[in-house]
Amino acid sequence: MTVQDVREILQAEVLYGEDMLDKPVESGCGADLMSDVLAFVKARTVLITGLINLHVVRTSEMVDISCIVFSRGKMPSEEILEEAAEAGIAVLATQMTTYQCCGELYKRGLPGTRRR
Amino acid sequence: MAILEQVFQVEAGAFATAGEASMTIKRTLKKLGINANVLHQLSVASYEVELNLVIHSMGGALTLTVEPDKLTLTSKDVGPGIPDIGKAMTEGYSTASEEARSLGFGAGMGLPNMKRNATTFSIESEVGVGTTIVMTFAL
Repeated sequence: MTVQDVREILQAEVLYGEDMLDKPVESGCGADLMSDVLAFVKARTVLITGLINLHVVRTSEMVDISCIVFSRGKMPSEEILEEAAEAGIAVLATQMTTYQCCGELYKRGLPGTRRR
Repeated sequence: MAILEQVFQVEAGAFATAGEASMTIKRTLKKLGINANVLHQLSVASYEVELNLVIHSMGGALTLTVEPDKLTLTSKDVGPGIPDIGKAMTEGYSTASEEARSLGFGAGMGLPNMKRNATTFSIESEVGVGTTIVMTFAL
C-alpha cells in the first residue's frame, strides 16, 4: 500500500506531502498514546490519531512513520505541519473516526504493528 | 576513542521543546550513515529518556558518544531520584503529571522500552541526588 492508497481509502485530505504519495506503507497503528507508538511501531507505518500536538510529529520522526492521519475532522496547526515538513512526514486529515480508519485499512489487508 | 561527543541540556518541564535533542541526535546519526535498525532503536530510547528528563527530573543533560563499535547515550539529572527502581522498571507504572499524560505520555512504558531497545542498559539512582542512565547500542 502507498500513502496515496491510504488517502483514497480514508477519503482524506493531504495537508502536507503531495510529493510523498508514492511512499510505501507496510503496517498501521491507531493510537493517542505516544508512549505506545514509541513501544510498538516499526518503520513505514501509517499512524492514525486523534491527538493533536507537536509530539505526534516528533514521536513519528523517531520511529520512521511514513504518514500521519488526523482522524474525526481534527485539523493540526501550521506549526505542526511545519514540523512535519522538517521531518519529511506526510500529513492527512479525514472525517472518519480512528476506529473506522483502522477498520477500512485492515479490511484491505494492511496489518497492525507488532512489538519489536 | 570517541569519534563524536555531543551534550544536550534538557530543562525540567519544558514540554514545548521536549524531543528536540533526540531529533538533532537522529539527524546527526543519519548523516553519519548509521545502520537503520540501530538508529531506530537509539531514537526510541533517546526520545523516552529525554521525555523522562522533562517530565520527571529537575533538569539534566543527555550525552551522545559515537565510537567505531558502539553508540552510547547517557542521561544524568540533578534529582529528585527514584525511590524504587524495580517499580519504575515495571510496565504500566507511572508517576507522570496530568500535563505529560495530556500530551500522550506517562503510560509507564519509558524505562522498559529503553531497556528493550538498548544493547546494554544501566540505571543508578539516589533520592535527593539524581539518576544516571547509560545505554549502549552495538554497531
